[in-house]
Order: sequence, then C-alpha cells, then structure tokens
Amino acid sequence: MIKVTIDHKQHTFPKVISIIEACQQVGIQIPHFCYHPKLDIAGNCRMCLVDVEGSRKPIPSCANMIQDGMVIHTMTDHVKKDREGVMEFLLINHPLDCPICDQAGECDLQDQALHYGRDRSRYNEEKRRSVTDKHMGPLISTTMTRCIHCTRCVRFAEDIAGVTDIGAVGRGEHMEITTLEKAIQSEISGNVIDLCPVGALNSKPYQFQGRPWELTHTDTIDVMDALGSHIRVDSRGGQVFRIKPREMEDINEIWLSDKSRFAYDGLLSQRLDKPYVRDDKGMLQPASWDEAFAKVVQQLTATPNHKIAALAGDLVDCESMLLMKRLMHHIGSQHLDCRVDGAYADAQNPASFVFNTSLSDIDTADVCVLVGTNPRWEAPVLNIRLRRGVVSNGMQMFRIGFEHDLTYPVTDLGNDVLLLADILAGKGKAAKALKAAQRPALIIGQSALQSAQGTVILNTCAQIAEKYNLVRDDGWNGFNVLHTSANRVGGLDLEFVPGENGLCASDMIPATHDGRISLMFLLGMDDIAQKISKNTFVVYIGHHGDKGASRADVILPGCAYTEKSAIYVNTEGRSQYAHKAVNPPGDAREDWQIIAELLSRMGHQKQYASIHDVRKDLQKENSEFSENCSFSKRHWDPNMGIKGTLLTEELHPIITNFYMTNVISKYSKIMAQCTQEIAQKNTKGDTQ
Amino acid sequence: MTFLNEQDRIFKNLYGFLGWNLNAAEQRGDWDKTADLIAKGADWMINEIKASGLRGRGGAGFSTGMKWSFIPKDNQQHYLVVNADEGEPGTCKDRDIIRNEPHKIIEGALLAASAIGASVGYIYIRGEFKREADILETAIKEAYDKKLLGKNAAGSGFDFDLYVHRGAGAYICGEETALLESLEGKKGQPRLKPPFPAIKGLYGKPTVINNIETIAVVPTILRRGASWFAGLGAAKSCGTKVFCISGHVNAPCNVEEVMGISLKDLIEKHAGGVRGGWDNLLAVIPGGSSVPVLPKTICDTVVMDFDSLAAVKSGLGTAAVIVMDESTDIVEAIARLSKFYMHESCGQCSPCREGTGWLWRLLTRIQRGDADLKDIDLLEDITHQIEGHTICALGDAAAWPVQGLIRHFKHELIARIEQGGRRLCL
Repeated sequence: MIKVTIDHKQHTFPKVISIIEACQQVGIQIPHFCYHPKLDIAGNCRMCLVDVEGSRKPIPSCANMIQDGMVIHTMTDHVKKDREGVMEFLLINHPLDCPICDQAGECDLQDQALHYGRDRSRYNEEKRRSVTDKHMGPLISTTMTRCIHCTRCVRFAEDIAGVTDIGAVGRGEHMEITTLEKAIQSEISGNVIDLCPVGALNSKPYQFQGRPWELTHTDTIDVMDALGSHIRVDSRGGQVFRIKPREMEDINEIWLSDKSRFAYDGLLSQRLDKPYVRDDKGMLQPASWDEAFAKVVQQLTATPNHKIAALAGDLVDCESMLLMKRLMHHIGSQHLDCRVDGAYADAQNPASFVFNTSLSDIDTADVCVLVGTNPRWEAPVLNIRLRRGVVSNGMQMFRIGFEHDLTYPVTDLGNDVLLLADILAGKGKAAKALKAAQRPALIIGQSALQSAQGTVILNTCAQIAEKYNLVRDDGWNGFNVLHTSANRVGGLDLEFVPGENGLCASDMIPATHDGRISLMFLLGMDDIAQKISKNTFVVYIGHHGDKGASRADVILPGCAYTEKSAIYVNTEGRSQYAHKAVNPPGDAREDWQIIAELLSRMGHQKQYASIHDVRKDLQKENSEFSENCSFSKRHWDPNMGIKGTLLTEELHPIITNFYMTNVISKYSKIMAQCTQEIAQKNTKGDTQ
Repeated sequence: MTFLNEQDRIFKNLYGFLGWNLNAAEQRGDWDKTADLIAKGADWMINEIKASGLRGRGGAGFSTGMKWSFIPKDNQQHYLVVNADEGEPGTCKDRDIIRNEPHKIIEGALLAASAIGASVGYIYIRGEFKREADILETAIKEAYDKKLLGKNAAGSGFDFDLYVHRGAGAYICGEETALLESLEGKKGQPRLKPPFPAIKGLYGKPTVINNIETIAVVPTILRRGASWFAGLGAAKSCGTKVFCISGHVNAPCNVEEVMGISLKDLIEKHAGGVRGGWDNLLAVIPGGSSVPVLPKTICDTVVMDFDSLAAVKSGLGTAAVIVMDESTDIVEAIARLSKFYMHESCGQCSPCREGTGWLWRLLTRIQRGDADLKDIDLLEDITHQIEGHTICALGDAAAWPVQGLIRHFKHELIARIEQGGRRLCL
C-alpha cells in the first residue's frame, strides 16, 4: 500500500500509478492537454504541473509516479499561477475563432481556459503564427493554426495505429504537426479527431454541420464489423450527423474504425421508404403495406412449404431472425440460413464459432496464429489490441494465409491450409512456439471457413487447440473465430441454420433453378440476389435499394441500425442492445414488426405486440440474450467440423475494399472518397 | 593569486603548436600504459574520478564519478556518448580540444567506457564542426590502426568501438537526452526524466553522456591521481578548466586555468585586459549565454568556480566568459540572446515554445522604448513562468539572462522606456 497525501488528505493506493491518475481516483481533477490515458506520456504541455514537497520545481503529474509518503499539493496559489501561466502561453497563438470552430462547446482548451486561465491575456505583441492547413485525407479536416502541439495525434499514429504518417517538423514556435500531404494510411485515423484537444483536427464530413449542444446523443452499438463497438450516434432533426465511440474497455476501449465512424452518410441515400410490389409488366410499383403483405401472404399460401427459403444478411438483428425462424417453422420450411457467405460454422457447438479468448484478453496471449484473416481490415479495433500484444507484450504472431501489412511484425508461414496439418504434426516454428506458450491463441478468419474445406479446417484447428492446450484449466481459451458480420454469432446462437433436410445458403441458389425453391425471403441479403432464378418469388426485407431490392418481387422496407432498437451479438458471443437514434425514412417499419405482421397474417397463434414480447421469446430460446453487454465463457467442446485430410489450398481475402463492405458503406459518399484516395492509391502503389 | 603551474597543465597542445596526431600525442604522454589503468578495474576508476572531485564540464557541473556509478552493474549493453555538440554562445573550448588534443578524447573515451562497461561509444559532434569531425575521424583511424581501439583495445583485453556522429545544427541536441533522440535518428527533443539515461539511455540501454572536456581530462586524472586534481583550484570545484574569453577584451582566447581564479585576474592576465581598461567594463556573462549577466561591481571580486558564481546568482556554465565594455547596449545584447533561445527552443513544452518568443518580442519593444514601465514586471513574471516549468533546462537558460538583466540593469530598462529608446549612458 502506498500512502500519499493529496491536498492535506491522506489516501492509500494499492499500486504505483501516476500522480494524475491518483488525483483523479480521489476526485481531484488535474487539467491536462498532452496526457491521455491510452497514449504514451509526453509531458510537454506542462498544464498538469503540481507541487510535491521536497521538489524544487513543480513536477508534471502525468509523468511522475506516486511514492510512499509523497505530499502533493494541487490547489496552492503556486500551482494556480503555474496553470494560469501555461494557459496564457497556449492562448498567445491560438486564434479566437471559436464561433466558427467545430470543436467549440466540447473543446478542452475552452473548458480549461474557463476554469484555470486568467480572464485576460497580457500578451501585447503581434500574433505571429498562422500555419498552413495540412491535407490529411477525406476524413480529417485540419486548421493547424489552432494546434497547441500536444502531439497526441503523433503518438496515436505511431504507437496505436502503427503508421508514421503524422509527425512534427520545425522547432520552437515554428514547430508544426504535419503529414506527408496525403491521407493517413490507417483504418482508424478518425480517432485523432477525438484525441485532438482543440479544433485543429476535426471531422471533415461534419465540418460546419452543427453544434454539439444541438445534437441528440444516443448510445448504441456499431454494426460495421463483428466487434459491436460501442458508439454514440449524434443526430438532429431525424438525421445522423456524426458517430463517435463510447468508452467500452472490454471491446473498443475508446477507439472506432473509420468505417464505423464515417459511413453514416450512406444512411441517407438509396433508402427504401415505402413497400413495392412487382406488377404484371415486371416493374416495381409503390404499394401500401396492406397490399404488399397481402401479396406475400398470397404467395406463401400458394407455395408448397418445402419450397420456401429464408436468408439473413450481415446486418440483420436477432429479433428479426428469431421471428423469421418462427415464420419458417410455422410454415413448415427447414430452408433457412444466416451463413450467407458460405462460411462454415457449427451452430450446435456454441464455443466453435466465437472469439473465446475475449477481446480484452487477446493482447495478453504470448503466441498467436492467424489463420486466413486480415484483422486490420476485418476488425481494425481488434488489430489495435493485437499490435499492442506484439509490440508491447512480446506476443509472437504467426500467419497462415494471404499477406497484408498489419502494422506489426508477423511471421508468415505461407498461404496454404496444409500448414495447419504441419502445426498439428508438430512441425515448424509455429508448432514449437505454441508448444512453449503459456497463453497460446488461434484466430480463424472467415476466409479459412469459407473455403470448400472449411469443415476440415475447423476440425484441424480444434485438434490443434487440444494438442497445444489452447484451452486451459485457468480459464484461458485461445480458440477464436473472427467474424466480419455484425450479428452472425447471433444467428448461430438462434440456430438460424437449416433444419433437418434443410438447404444451406450455398445450396439454395442452385435449388431456385431446379425448382426445389420457389419463394425466398431475403433479410437484408444482397450479394447473391442476382443469381436467384427468375422463376423464384423473392421477398426483400431491408433498408437499402441494392441488388436484393432490385431483384425482389415484393419489397418490405425496414430500418437501418440507427433506426431501431435491436440486439446484436458480437464475435465474442456478447449480446448487446442497440438503441434507436432516429426515425426511419418514409413508411419503413422496424424489421421485427414486419415479420410479426406476416406471422400474424399467416395465422401464428402467438402475437408479438411489442419488442419486449420478442425479447422474452429470445431469452427463452437462448439465455445468452438475457443480459446486455455481458461476456460469458462458453463450454468448450473440441468436436466440431468434420475430421478429414487437408488438401493444399490458397486462401483469399474476403474483404477487398475495407471502406465498402455492406450496403450502408457502399452508398456512403465519404467511404467512396476513402476508396478513391486511400484504398485505390494503395493498390496502385502495390502493383507498381 | 595562484595561477596554473606549467606542470599541472592538462591540455599542453590547446593552441595546436605541437601537432595533434598520434605520434605527437604519445610524446605528450597520451596512451601511456593505458592498459595498466584499465587493469586496475572499473571500481578503482570510478572511485578515483569521484575522489578527484571532477564535475561535468558541459555546464551543469554534476559529479562525473557519481554519474558513472549510477550505471547498473549488469550484463546488458551499455553505451558511452561523448557530447561534442558545443553550441553555447561564447563557448569554443571543445572545438580546440578536438582540433588539437583528439587523442585525449579517444583515450578518455576508452577509459570511461571500460569504467562503465560500454563496448560502444559515440561522439556526437556539432554538424558545423566539419574540420573537427575530420580530425576526430582521422585520429580514431590512427587509434584503430595502432590497435588502441577495437578488439582488445590498447592491449587491455577490453573491446571498444568508437564512432563519430555529426549533428545537423540544432543547439538543443547538446542537451543530453535530445542528443540521444537525435543519435537514434529522431527529432532532437529532450526526453522526460526520470528515467535517467544511466538507466534508460541510448536505445533504452544504460548510457553515460559526458562532455568532451570531461572525457579529455579523465586519462590525466587517472595517471596523476585523484589527489593531484583535487588539490588544484577551489574546494568543491577543483581541477583545471578551459576558459573561453571573448568579447571586449584585447586578446580573446581559450586558456586552461585552475578553478577559483578571480575573474579579473583571468581577464587581465590571459586576455590582455578589458578594452579601454578595467574601468571601462560594463558587465560580464561568466559562463556562456545561459547564465545571468554580472555587473562590474560583482566582477571586481568574483572568483570563477561553480559555487562562488552560484552565490552571486550566476553560474560557471561552460566557463565562456563574455566581456562587455561600456559601449555595449546591454538591452540589445540580452535581447539578442533571447532571440537565440527563441530560435533554438525545440518546441516541445508550451512555456518554452511560446514564452521564449514573447520574451524576445517584449525585450525588443523595451529596447525601442515602445513599452510601459509595468512591462518590466511583466517581463520578469514571464521568465518565472518559464523557469522550472519545462522538460529540459533550455527554458531556464532562456529565462536567466533576462532575469540577470532585470536584476542588475533595471535602471537601464526604466531609462530606455522613459527616454523613448535612447540609451542611458551615451
């Protein structure tokens, strides 16, 4: 125990922490600019200076640790004067353009000037610094004259994102934060906007769009990848104006990927705002909800039950899937699937398709093998943790599969699934490392499971897990599957998979051509829609007019993730409740309501009057859905997939453009700009 | 008054009359039985240097033996870094030592490295010192050719490699941790301390950083014994020191003298006296541009050692004595120094980045007489807002000359403001 006196009161702390943390823990706020709990200590803003007895000079509380018997003063006149001094220095060259600055209202410099500054400046000389703005790509607007040189962005880029695109040049008052006049080559660059304590780095799409105090904040869950990052949706007048991360230490810490943060403008274009029914001439015509439902019910009753199928896409929530499953069972069809990309997953074995280690523990693994995954694109925020594991915690990273720069050193074993058999046989350096590891981990990507040998690959991985003790008695489970779609795990937990003799996703399309399937429900499912036979009656439930809607015979417009309350289960198997931020456009309804109406029209005995009814049902189906945001270890059972002999096979990336992976990001202009400026430049660079 | 005896002189070739190369150096006694010194062991060397009372010659005056003793006794890589980034205005001692006594540096580096267990040493030399870097490179090559460096250096059984690294023209890279950053290839910005370089220095390994002059006197101290060195000069600032006398003197020079010599004697004996006689003296900056200026009244009696100068609120610094006679516009002189610090601030800490420019602008305005009397108090307040509030000592160095000016020449500042920029004494 460390005894420390802070402002004449004695406190004890169990471990050595920095003075600023200690003060914050006992409720004393220390003003600061450069200090950030997630970044390295720079100690350069000098705002957090405190007096410590026995020290000649005031000391920066961020950079000094508490010691037993330390006597700290944070409120003395001396400290007050120091803070006023630093504030005065910082404001010398900070422009008084708060009225046109997007940061105003949530600006550290404003707040601290109010609390810790003098009411006026004694600086009478000419203001000297005006700094040319830098180009940081389509996402970040810069007003570098406002910069106070805290270097948070530089430290973030170097230490967290692992790119050296931001740096400081020049010295003294001519020091400037700069880039190489190109977009930052990172999928998490938007975080510098949150980190910047002033208005130097701001969101470009949000520039001059609104004021923080006129936005409505809604805490909800992100669906752009399978992590389920916690986000706050800021809206005004029924429109989403920006998305920011919320602090969730176990999932996204405080970070957010650029796609999650900026794809929101895709919510405004190509939206389905009223039901459509295809007429006799083959044209989609607007219809009333009643007409649309009547048409669907008519088709449903006319079609033999074993010819009806349902597919649930990447953005579908648990409630909709549950009701769809109920509908299919009510009709008597077994053809339903949520594994629309054809990736293998064993819904009967709950530990076989989740990220068992948990996101918060993965950076403590000492050896990690990536199998057919590119976490930098599939889950950028997870990649931050993996980078920390490798760079700070000494994790050894191996990779089987395609190469991609992950921003940290990776030992490439090769792109051949046969290498898994080598590991199992104890051959190679990865096997050696796994054998010696205390906390070994395996991350299996969808690229591997999408392979024709997906079942065998999963089985081999399970055998590796058994052989190298990936699952230990102390609670460590190093067997991980990394998903890319927001609610795949939810679908698997609900067993939204083919029933007895049911067709799985990859078999359904051929079945439409040979007449085994003649009616299909597409829940937010677009990619394969064009391949469906012309003779099949397609009902599309979703929110964007993409391939699925254009192929549909009836369109039932649903809600996007910001427009409905829903449950999503992330790749760890953590069910999380998202909340409605804005209303859906036009006549669109919440997806569960649409299916509940169909159920009722089809004569289902149970009526779902509210979302709570659906959720009660969900919890009965699987207790995983009962709690919000909790993570529970799943029972380990190594029997998964199919035992077999692996054949040599190359794996291919499932994401070719990070910025466009679902309908929302596909119709986002901002993501299109990123594609043009960042993604395509990179591919060009690669080929040169 | 005692002056330095000829037999106690360490830098016999300070003026370059005897040749700097290995043969000439050996004739002067360098590289004489170096292996025997190393054979006496690291502890002996560290204790001997401690006992000699040698204080770092780079300006801060920290005990060298103490610095060496902080290096952990373990098996990891240690580094020795020799700081030859001599950039303090008024200082030119290291340049002459490199030019004329390079083998003292190389031998000193070998001895220091063996004391701290460093197998690699770097000499970080100021980029502008092109010829000096060439001399060092040649001298190091001579030493390698004679097997005085490299494997089994000087037949001592100790392996030591020494490299010269040229800076790129930043004053701040003379600050030891900024120097390490620069040496690692990063932007030259001082590091936060702790951890100190003795624990985490170059590439995160224990490192000793010593000034050229400190390293160059090590061989002689070890040969002639700690008591010899401790017996010279003042009580707590012993030994000899190279003083650089510049400014309004008849014969500006570098001269090796004992510590504790009186300022007046130093100037009168070695630099031919103040231009126009001692009574024409206005002020002296006794230790390089960073230390507060002293008016004539103090210069009359002050002696040149760390503690005596600290007692009159100045400092020995690098012992660069800048003499200013009555013709000097002291406000302009100090304003020029402020401009220097504004230019050389690394830009890391807010007070130094923003404050040094403010000081210069305010001082220039006062110099023009375009100021108010309360601006003098403001000026002083700003110096206190900078001093002690920064990571490294550049903030202090920018504040002290201005504080010295206000302390001793406030009347000059008041007159300047009241008379609209005209000088008082002319």
